[in-house]
Amino acid sequence: MSAYAADVAALARKDVLLELRSRDTLPAMLLFVVSALTVFHFALPAGSSARAETGLLWIAIVFTALLGLTRAFAAEREHGALDGLVLAPCDRSAIWLGKTIGVTAFLVLAELVALPAFALFFHPISWELVAAVALADVGIAAIGTLLAAMAAASRARELLLPLMFLPLVIPVVIGGVGASVAANPGSFLGFLALYDAVFVILCWASFEYVVTE
Amino acid sequence: MIRASQLSKRFGDKRALHGLDFEVPHGGFVLVTGPNGSGKTTLLRLCAGLAAPTDGELEVEAPRGAIGFLAHESLLYGELTALENLDLYGRLYRLPERRERSGAMLERFGLWRARNERAGTFSRGMLQRLALCRTFLHDPELLLLDEPFDGLDAEGTELLHAELSERSATALVATHDPDSLAERATARLVLA
Repeated sequence: MSAYAADVAALARKDVLLELRSRDTLPAMLLFVVSALTVFHFALPAGSSARAETGLLWIAIVFTALLGLTRAFAAEREHGALDGLVLAPCDRSAIWLGKTIGVTAFLVLAELVALPAFALFFHPISWELVAAVALADVGIAAIGTLLAAMAAASRARELLLPLMFLPLVIPVVIGGVGASVAANPGSFLGFLALYDAVFVILCWASFEYVVTE
Repeated sequence: MIRASQLSKRFGDKRALHGLDFEVPHGGFVLVTGPNGSGKTTLLRLCAGLAAPTDGELEVEAPRGAIGFLAHESLLYGELTALENLDLYGRLYRLPERRERSGAMLERFGLWRARNERAGTFSRGMLQRLALCRTFLHDPELLLLDEPFDGLDAEGTELLHAELSERSATALVATHDPDSLAERATARLVLA
């Protein structure tokens, strides 16, 4: 394993270990996504279109991700550990990548509960929906982690993160809903893949400038 | 090793440092003193590369991995044990025999028995000792220490004195108690 991959693995493992011990992010994400889908189930009138139902699923996914992202750098803020990581001789993008992998893992775990709950409340899930969710997770985690790092340095982080994050993930919701209900999901899945590629490269390259004043 | 010329740092309208000139030669041990708010912490953060000067020039002849930075905060993870914290930093600094090194450092600072306890459960003094372990773990060439004796009891203070006396690293130490390091110091930088 290359030194870079070893750094990323060590940082991602650290995030998983922290969550296993503190259990302050994933349970909240699970509770939120199940609650949101339950509320949507009773709020939506009978005979609603698949497009409307799928749209609500994507809203639940985006806000569940936002909930996780607000806690993404909580452990680093607590004792200033981000400064310690920034001073280490590893490539600073490894900090972003390790954190992004952790965020993606928590989001996938939340969706492992959310998608069956959606199938139970609304309609069966298709492979296109699963593919769209998987692609969206990468983009959401990539841009969300970068923005969470930016917001972590600010006093108004709880306000700043949604303000920056939500407009940037609107394309993910459009692509996700499109891929889930359109007759030709390929173009929407391609759009999500392109979104991922652009934002992964941008975030990977710019993280260094985010963590230094 | 460190050269500053007309170094200034502002935070919005607030001036933290203004027109500072100084030089720390290789192997120098410089005490930084001054009242609260005089910019001691800001100066150390600038030297560590954690902040950029607003004006002036700052040259630090030490690569990122060769700096040992002790801040007001421990820079540790409360949910990780003492040993896990040092092991994580050992990995990121790519230290050979990092586990042995971490263990030896914990023993030196009297934390071996607490090695499997979470840092978040430590007292202020124990956390400062662990932060010192992290700072010295990779044998840094340049030490940037912000109030290193904060929270330490008599034994901890003694251990830190012993550690500093064994090291030949260049050091910039911000302190409100310069007398305690007067013998070791090669110069003083007084911030107003």
